[in-house]
Amino acid sequence: MVSRDVLIQAEGLTKKFDDFVAVDHIDFEVHRGECVGFLGPNGAGKTTTVRMMYCFLPLTSGELKVAGLSVNNHCREIKSLVGVAPQEDNLDPDFTVLDNLLVYARYFDIPKDEALRRAKAQLKFFQLEEKSGTPILTLSTGMKRRLIFARALLNEPQILLLDEPTTGLDPQARHLVWDEVRYLKKQQVTIILTTHYMEEAQALCDRILIVDKGKIIEEGSPAELVKKHVGEEVLEVDFDEKLAVILKEALPGAHIERLGDRMQIFTDQPHGVFEGFLKEHKLQNVTIRNANLEDVFLKLTGRGLREE
Amino acid sequence: MSEPKLRKSPAKFTIPKLTYRSWKVWRRNSDVFMKTITVNFLPSLLEPILYLLAFGFGLGGFIPNINGQPYINFIAPALIAIAMMNGSFFECTFGSFVRMYFQKTFDAIVATPVSVEEVVAGELLWGATRATINASLVLIVVGISGLFTSQPLITSPLVLFIPLISFFGGLMFSSIAMCFTAAAPNIDFFNYPSFLFLTPMFFLCGTFFPLTSLPVGAQAIATSVLPLTHIVNLTREAVTTRVEPILGLSPQQLVPLSFVWVVLVTIFFFILSINLMKKRLTS
Repeated sequence: MVSRDVLIQAEGLTKKFDDFVAVDHIDFEVHRGECVGFLGPNGAGKTTTVRMMYCFLPLTSGELKVAGLSVNNHCREIKSLVGVAPQEDNLDPDFTVLDNLLVYARYFDIPKDEALRRAKAQLKFFQLEEKSGTPILTLSTGMKRRLIFARALLNEPQILLLDEPTTGLDPQARHLVWDEVRYLKKQQVTIILTTHYMEEAQALCDRILIVDKGKIIEEGSPAELVKKHVGEEVLEVDFDEKLAVILKEALPGAHIERLGDRMQIFTDQPHGVFEGFLKEHKLQNVTIRNANLEDVFLKLTGRGLREE
Repeated sequence: MSEPKLRKSPAKFTIPKLTYRSWKVWRRNSDVFMKTITVNFLPSLLEPILYLLAFGFGLGGFIPNINGQPYINFIAPALIAIAMMNGSFFECTFGSFVRMYFQKTFDAIVATPVSVEEVVAGELLWGATRATINASLVLIVVGISGLFTSQPLITSPLVLFIPLISFFGGLMFSSIAMCFTAAAPNIDFFNYPSFLFLTPMFFLCGTFFPLTSLPVGAQAIATSVLPLTHIVNLTREAVTTRVEPILGLSPQQLVPLSFVWVVLVTIFFFILSINLMKKRLTS
C-alpha cells in the first residue's frame, strides 16, 4: 500500500528563459513510493521541471518543495536525498568506470570503504563489473546510460530523478533498467521519470503527467488515460472517404483520424464493437488492436513534429 | 491559492558561502593530475630550462650587469613568477572550460550536495595549486642552475615563502582567468586574454628588463593594472631581495605595496569570478 505523504509538491511552478516560458504555472504532487512519469514532446518542459527539483535551475516563480523542503533555500539537504540520472552524458571522462563512482560518492561524504562496497554492488547489478578499470570514452552508449543510473543510486536516494533513462538503449539494457526501477519502487523509492517511450511509461508509472508547451495537459494512471481518451480498441484500415462515412453512421460517437493513406477509428464503445462492424462489412487490410498510451499522447499533443 | 511570489533575480551579487566541499572538487582535479603526473611535469620543467639557457646563459653573456647583478640572476626570479601566472591562468581558462563545457563535469557535481560556488572555488584552489607546483618546479631548476653560474641564483632564505606567494598569486591569476571562462562563448575565445593580457605581462612586467627602462606612463600602467608586476616584485624579494625601483618607489615601499595589491585584487576577483560563473551555470 502506497502511503500518501507528499514528497514533491509544485504550486504555480514557472521557469522562464528570457522570454521563453519553458514551464508555465504547473501544479502537481508526488507521493512517497510513487513512480510518476512526465510524458511530453521535445521542448515540453520535462527536463526543465526535473532540473528545478534538484536545484540545478532556480525557479522563476511559484513554489517547489522536495521532501518538505523548499528548493529555494534547502538545496544541500535536498540534493543529499535525491539521485539524479540526467539525460546527457556527464560522466567524468578523466576517470575509469569505478573511479567515476568513487569520486562521485566522495561528493556525498560517503566513507571510502562504504563507497567501494556500494560502487561494486551497482557495477555488478548493471553488468559493468568487467568494465571497472575501463576509461569512460571507450564505453558504448548503453554502458554509459547504465553507469549514469548506477551513479544516481550511490547515495541511496529517497527520490530518484530519471531523465530519459533508456534513450539509446537496446532492449536488453532497457529491461535491465526497468527491473531496477521496479525493484526500487518496492523499496519505497519515489521515482520521477521523463520519457518519450509510451511502453516505458505504461510499464513503470503509477501515474502519468502529460506535458506540452510548459503545461500539464492531462494526468492519471496509464489505464485511466487510455480509457478516457481513446477507449478500448482501435480499428486501423486503408483510407477511403466512402468508408469513413459508413463508419460514422454505423458507429455513432466514433472518432476518425487520417494518417497518410490509413485511418484510425477510435470509439468509447466496449470491446467487440469493431468485430460486429467487420462481420457486416468485408474490408481489406484491417487491424483491430488495443488502444494504448501512444494514441492518447498523439491525440492530446497532436502529430506535428517538435524541435528541441 | 495565493499568487506565486516572484523570486529575486539569481544574478544578485553575493559573497559566496563556501564549505570544506570545495576541497572535494580540488581533490577531483588533483586525482586526475596525479594520474598523468609525468606528462604534466615535463612542460613545466622544460620551459624554464629553455629560458635559462637562451636568455640567461646565451643572451645574458652579451648583457652587462643589471644594477650589479648578472642578467641570469635578474631573470631567474621572474621565470618563477611567470610559472605561477601560466600554471594558474591556463588551468582556469582552458582546463576549467573543458570541464564545464565539453565534459559537463560541473553539471554532474552540482547534482550532489556540492554547490556551484564550491565547484568554482575548488577550481580556483586547484589553479592556485597548479601555480604552486609549477613555481616550485621552476625554483628547483633555478636552484640547480645556480650551481653553474658565477653567483648563486637563490640568495635569500625568504625563498621559503615561494610556495605561499605562488599559492596566493596563483589564486589571483586563477580568479581573473575564471572571469574570462565565465564569459567565454567558446574555447577559441581564450586567444584574446592569452595574447592581449598574458603575453604583454610576460614581457612588460619587469621580467626581462627593469621597468625603469620604460617611460613613466608605461611604468604606471604596469604597476596599476598588470598583476604580474607585483608577483615579480614579491618573487624577487623572496629569491634575491633585489627588487628594482619603479616610478621612484624604493623596494621598501614596493614590496608592501605589491603585497596589499595582490591581496585586494585576489579577494575582488575571487568573489567576482564565483558570481559570474554562478550566473552562467544557473541560467
